[in-house]
Amino acid sequence: MKRLLWITGALAALALLQWGCSAILLDGPIRQGPYYYQIMILAGINIVLAVSLNLTNGITGQFSIGHAGFFAVGAYVAASVSYYGGPGIRAATAFLPAVGQDTVVLLLALAAAGLAAALAGLLVGIPSLRLRGDYLAIVTLGFGEIIRVVILNVDAVGGARGFVGIPKLSNFFWVYLLVTACVVTVWNVVRSSYGRAFIAIRENEIAAQAMGIDVTRHKVMAFVIGAVFAGMAGCLFGHYTMYLHTNSFTFVKSFEIIIMVAIGGLGSIEGAVLGAIFLTVLPEAFRGFEGYRMIIYSLALILIMIFRPQGMLGQASLFGKKSKGKRK
Amino acid sequence: MESFLQQLINGISLGSIYALVALGYTMVYGVLRLINFAHGDIYMLGAYFGYYLSRLIQGRTPSHLLDAAVVMFLSMLGCALVGIVMERLAYRPVRRASRLTLLIIAIGVSLLIEYSSQVIFGADPKFFPQLIPETQIHMGGLILTNQQIIVLFTALALMVLLNLFIYRTRTGKAMRAVSFNLDAAKLMGINTDQIIALTFALGSALAAAGGILVSINIPGIDPLMGVMTGLKAFVAAVLGGIGNIFGAVLGGLILGLAEVMVSGYGSSTYRDAIAFLILIAILLFKPSGILGKGQVEKV
Amino acid sequence: MLFSNTMKNRSRIHALRNAAFVAAAAALAVGFSGCNKKDAAASDEILIGHYGSLTGATATFGQSAQKGIEMAVDAINVSGGVLGKKLKVIVEDDQGKPEEAQTVVTKLINKDRVVALLGEIASSNSLAAAPVAQSSRIPMISPGSTNPKVTSVGDYIFRVCFIDPFQGQVMAKFAANTLKVKKVAILRDIKSDYSVGLANFFVEGFKGLGGEILSDESYSQGDKDFTAQLTALKGKNPEAIFVPGYYTEVGLIARQARKLGITVPLLGGDGWDSSKLWEIGGAALNGCFYSNHYSVDDPSPILQKFVADYKARYGKTSDSIPDAMAALGYDATLVLADAMKRAQSSKPDSIRMALAQTKGFMGVTGNTTLDENRNAVKPAVVLEVIVDEKGNGRNKFKESVSP
Repeated sequence: MKRLLWITGALAALALLQWGCSAILLDGPIRQGPYYYQIMILAGINIVLAVSLNLTNGITGQFSIGHAGFFAVGAYVAASVSYYGGPGIRAATAFLPAVGQDTVVLLLALAAAGLAAALAGLLVGIPSLRLRGDYLAIVTLGFGEIIRVVILNVDAVGGARGFVGIPKLSNFFWVYLLVTACVVTVWNVVRSSYGRAFIAIRENEIAAQAMGIDVTRHKVMAFVIGAVFAGMAGCLFGHYTMYLHTNSFTFVKSFEIIIMVAIGGLGSIEGAVLGAIFLTVLPEAFRGFEGYRMIIYSLALILIMIFRPQGMLGQASLFGKKSKGKRK
Repeated sequence: MESFLQQLINGISLGSIYALVALGYTMVYGVLRLINFAHGDIYMLGAYFGYYLSRLIQGRTPSHLLDAAVVMFLSMLGCALVGIVMERLAYRPVRRASRLTLLIIAIGVSLLIEYSSQVIFGADPKFFPQLIPETQIHMGGLILTNQQIIVLFTALALMVLLNLFIYRTRTGKAMRAVSFNLDAAKLMGINTDQIIALTFALGSALAAAGGILVSINIPGIDPLMGVMTGLKAFVAAVLGGIGNIFGAVLGGLILGLAEVMVSGYGSSTYRDAIAFLILIAILLFKPSGILGKGQVEKV
Repeated sequence: MLFSNTMKNRSRIHALRNAAFVAAAAALAVGFSGCNKKDAAASDEILIGHYGSLTGATATFGQSAQKGIEMAVDAINVSGGVLGKKLKVIVEDDQGKPEEAQTVVTKLINKDRVVALLGEIASSNSLAAAPVAQSSRIPMISPGSTNPKVTSVGDYIFRVCFIDPFQGQVMAKFAANTLKVKKVAILRDIKSDYSVGLANFFVEGFKGLGGEILSDESYSQGDKDFTAQLTALKGKNPEAIFVPGYYTEVGLIARQARKLGITVPLLGGDGWDSSKLWEIGGAALNGCFYSNHYSVDDPSPILQKFVADYKARYGKTSDSIPDAMAALGYDATLVLADAMKRAQSSKPDSIRMALAQTKGFMGVTGNTTLDENRNAVKPAVVLEVIVDEKGNGRNKFKESVSP
């Protein structure tokens, strides 16, 4: 009952924020409003990507640099659902008002994105059972590249010409609903027996196994949960930008997500959130430098990592009990 | 049949490029356990140093080969310096931090070199001078050039030399000691900082040699030429068993052949995916690469 | 002993690091606020925005377009500006990423309040940004996006270049009627929307003229080795090879093709147009043909002045002859300024109205008329590449094809 109250409350708050944001930023008096709105949406999507990668990378210690692959799978599958299936779904739900139809289409697209990404996560999770460290990293990177090449070859989703004509269904409300869902889920997973198993695997796989943890199952699970949220983020991304092209899903994107996690503090959920916001805003803040912008960005990145190797928050937690870091 | 043999030549030629770049990758990894993502960019810098140097030097020495040798030596020296500076400023301060921190810094360094180069050299491609004039060798219907042969044999020669250096010299022994256990090596009186700096210098010089040889063969250079080549070379190094010098060359050749055969007989649109598919397939059966030693984790 | 010593050191280093981190963060904050202080538009300036890939994998195209735009703006301002005001271009980098293009266009429109937009070269980035321009009712002129779908986003989106179907047809006709070849192989850049689109329309056109496509191979932008694909093509014995890529790769492709003993002509589109092509491809390009907007042999004064100005301005730092992207960027700017003059207004809606009526505008890339779909209608020329041993090249005019 209490939980239901929470959920209703959160939904209401988000709806209110959405209304507020569009009133103030999009139609309101602030002239940069739409620009800030755009950044907020992209930041939200990056938060989901960073927090979900953090579950695989930071908490379970499975080094993955193929997150853009899951993001791409979700984006393209969801876009296909609403592009090819959209009219059918709308016809079937014609009794609903337009907003209701949109919601049904988006929810189905989200579900499809999550499901497809989960399958992809399963596919990548399985090699992870045999590989570790850098070998796993390069396999996940390879997986991401394979996905990109395959998409380039599928004409139904536009191939190199890009996927045009995706309806604009996602907005602040949906993106931050997903952010909330992702953070809450990862938060709860980490604090459950599963989370303790994940951390045990990160700290010492053999010891974890000796303690009776089913390492195989937990590793794959970490991959699948991470992938599902990345896929859903892809869905909302595609339905916000209304256009998809594989240039958004190269291994450079995977690197960006890793950097967000590392800058925030590996293993810290708040850190991933902060890192994602920071790295979305940072390049925008440097726009004044024009051609030198990305040089300064990469320098800033190196300096931050040198002077703060554990990330902004380390493994610390802003709220609640401080999770115990590495013993030594 | 003829076209198959020609594809074989193409594959070995491409593979020797990957092998050449993979050697430096694998060396730095072997000593430091660091995936130096900036390696591909050093390879690019080597090519650019070569480009500017050869405009200064070409024609000033008695022979073509001397030209090429001087350009190559100076550019290797330049890249070795870049490698040392990179290690000193970016990697040494965080040597004891987590692997991920190191990796992020490597990515940062790589981005820094790429973006700076786009500003300094310009983003458009440049024509790399023909330091060694091309001679075509026809064998029946098959065609290969002296430049392709040079790349292949340089890769093989460097492989042998590097192996000799690591297993037959005192410094090489020190390197192996550092790779085995940094702290123990330090306790044995090895100047580990020096050894690591040397590793970077050597790795970067190798990359520069690769950049120049490849650019003589394929004379278009641009600031991002190291990205894909670097990535593929890294795949080659992992394929062969990262940290293993023979493995790097073997991995490079396998990768080159696979890509060429897929383009030639399968579908060239899937060429970039093939490198990774092979990698995944091999790693599933041999998790530490073809020649890599499986590590047993001690409890 | 040893242990406590390192501990002490650690904490000192730690303090140092924290201090430096705070400093770095402070520097960031300064950077952010610094850019907010950008001067508001002075009333004697008309602001237009250019978004392009100034960094990243396709940086060379964005930078070229920017050069052309800069030149055009300076030329306009020197001769008195537009409506008595000076033009000012605010340029933003999208790194060649679609979502980034959308963000910078949102910024240009809402933060900088530009009255019109120029960009992008790559259709993928134009397609991501166009809906923003359309819904904000800000006219956008793409210098080089050839995908037909770009301008169908809405009535505020224009372009000054060919569209793929036209250019594909031109080369298909040239191959079938002028070169009289029947069997052609394709080598396309699978990563580039331009190349894939052009290849598709060429195949359609060439088959329509009774030709046969022997094989369809591909490479990816940034590749350096094309021998595998070329060896495979060679085995099929085509009479010509259509390579609708960018000059960044085509020079190497020509070189490797000749090395493998392929002597048939290579054909291409306006993506070939750059002096870099001659430099990298060298004599291997002799006897190859491509379609373009203009021919440097064209005595038209505006073209000759453009080429001379370009040499004077950029000749020292990079290529001395402008590529197609620079020429199109130049023309897009001139077309925009012309529309403002005709509209006698710098209001976005008036500019749009005037743009739609652009007719017979003489630019560097030829006589541009915008049709009812806001696409440029202009003749294409087919050029033959002639390069000497030293890499000095020129293009020989072969034929002109009107739409």
